[in-house]
Amino acid sequence: MSEIISKAAELAKKIEGPEWLNSFRTLGLTQWQQAKWPTRKTEHWKYSSLRAFNENDFFATQVHRQGGDEQKLSSELFDIPGLNASRLVFVDGIYSEELSSDRYPLNVDIVFFSKAEGAHKEIISEYLGSAIDLEKNIFARFNTADLNEGVLIQIKQDQKVDQTVQIVHVSTKGESEFTAQQRVLVIAERHSESTIVEHFVSTEEIQNSFTNTATELILKDGSSLNHYRLNMEQENIVHVGNVSANLRANATLNSFVLGFGGKLKRIDFKVNHLGSGAHCEMAGVYLPKNKQHIDYHTCIDHQVPHCTSNEVFRGIMADESKAVFNGRIHIYPDAQKTYAEMSNKNLLLSHKAEINTKPELEIYADDVRCAHGATVSQIEEKALYYMQSRGISKKEAEVMLSFGFINELISGIKHGPIQNLLRPVLARQFSRDEELLKHII
Amino acid sequence: MLSIKDLQAKVEDKDILKGLNIEVKPGEIHAIMGPNGSGKSTTGYVLSGREGYEVTGGSITLDGKDLLELEAEERAREGLFLAFQYPVEIPGVSNLEFLKASVDAVREHNGLEPYSTVDFMKLAREKCKSVNLDQAFLKRGVNEGFSGGEKKRNEILQMMLLEPKVCILDETDSGLDIDALQVVAEGVNALRSEERSFIVVTHYQRLLDYIVPDYVHVLADGKIVKSGGKELALELEEKGYGWIEEEVA
Repeated sequence: MSEIISKAAELAKKIEGPEWLNSFRTLGLTQWQQAKWPTRKTEHWKYSSLRAFNENDFFATQVHRQGGDEQKLSSELFDIPGLNASRLVFVDGIYSEELSSDRYPLNVDIVFFSKAEGAHKEIISEYLGSAIDLEKNIFARFNTADLNEGVLIQIKQDQKVDQTVQIVHVSTKGESEFTAQQRVLVIAERHSESTIVEHFVSTEEIQNSFTNTATELILKDGSSLNHYRLNMEQENIVHVGNVSANLRANATLNSFVLGFGGKLKRIDFKVNHLGSGAHCEMAGVYLPKNKQHIDYHTCIDHQVPHCTSNEVFRGIMADESKAVFNGRIHIYPDAQKTYAEMSNKNLLLSHKAEINTKPELEIYADDVRCAHGATVSQIEEKALYYMQSRGISKKEAEVMLSFGFINELISGIKHGPIQNLLRPVLARQFSRDEELLKHII
Repeated sequence: MLSIKDLQAKVEDKDILKGLNIEVKPGEIHAIMGPNGSGKSTTGYVLSGREGYEVTGGSITLDGKDLLELEAEERAREGLFLAFQYPVEIPGVSNLEFLKASVDAVREHNGLEPYSTVDFMKLAREKCKSVNLDQAFLKRGVNEGFSGGEKKRNEILQMMLLEPKVCILDETDSGLDIDALQVVAEGVNALRSEERSFIVVTHYQRLLDYIVPDYVHVLADGKIVKSGGKELALELEEKGYGWIEEEVA
């Protein structure tokens, strides 16, 4: 067993939590202890080095927060102006009542695992771990091994929830390096409609934590869920996240994903189409710069007939940053009449920037329509020249063209307030000079 | 106004322009005609300052200012405008943003305040109407999915908004049907003034029926080999370029 794994396992063993979650913890711990620490030879981690775990002692003390002071945190860090949202705020993995909303929509049950009783307890026991594949995600094993808390968000049947549930994870700088974990279980009951925002932010100071999150989205028949996952933390953060979704008949998952780079950021998405007529729409944008690293692994499983999926990821790599995109579509033998599309386009802004993109199609049914593609490009000389020939400075043209590369996806964001929040934040990734941004924001 | 003297230029080590001389005075329209590969498009690119087009000799001045010292964007701000033969499609950058950025840059250079968003929108809509382009084109990506004719009309729209001193039309007639050609020519003619000059680069005489030039130059092998009045264009249409090449030889 690797030293890192055993050290983390010792921490997990000390965790005390509700007894009824013991079986999860035991399962997680056993699997974690059986895990092989990934190296560059591990296909799943080929382009993402885990050396941050050798350079930092994330498992030295207890898991979770190390004296972060929630009173010092301003809600400006995560406020989305104009968004009708109720907020659940976690600071370094610990729920903050002070920063969270005091009221939640009536047609949504929000229950902490530690306080769950009766029907909620049953529902958590039934669905927790049902979407996530521990076999393939070793950090999800550790998340499960350490499971003493989590939150259930259950959207009631036939309800259209206008208020967005915003789950905020704020990272702060600890006294020493540490790990923060989070577990979210969303259950969209039959024919419900709702929106969940997973919002990761941090204080501006240099971060020294490892965030390990696992989110499961259970979409029952005919339900519709808008899901956002925004990773916008300071660049020293190490983040490994997993989002796994089960889609039953005629369910629709609409996901928008944004990632700034970090010391190491790795997010795995798994979408299981388990009922006919299910549809998944996924748009993603990643924008690493400096020496940052970001890695998105997505896998869309079509297990049953008549499902559709459309996935579009775009990345812009600046400076000496590096990104990885691995998009897999897996069509099972029974999944006839599947319609699945995936596109990944990348723009390199510097000669030292790097992208490793790998679209994968695995098709075992014969009556399907699938398309996938990936491109890597630089800013087009002729577009730059065209803009310059109209008097626009080269610098402004470069900023406009970079933003233009992702503009379509930003414009496609369904919620106006989220679009309004992100547009300037994203544009400022390309320049700090407001003069160069004035025509795009 | 625009003075091109003994201009020599090469692209990727190949000499294309070999001593070009043209003197354009305010209000004049000059046509440059010539066979394929004579250096017509290169002339436009060299004048506008495209990277990769290396000037090896000669000079270009606009109102006495040395253009060769200036970047492409600075030349545009000085009042030089090139209407592209193949306007570039830029998805993700809206036509309106692009037009506003251009006009703001030129106005700032001239010491003028930028238009407010509302005023600019009004102006852009008005100009759209005059080139028969639906306002919806302002919201779309720059030239994205535009037809050939729409792209050329968008070029004229830009010309109208930027109000340049010298306009170079690079084969603006290529790929246009008669109706589109008329709209484009009307746009150009509406911009004609005593201060503004045009260089119309074309392969065919057809465009010159609508935009009547004061002078016609024949470009062959990187040089002007014959100049004349508008009747020269008709002669070229009738006899082709062969006789000039023979005459020069």
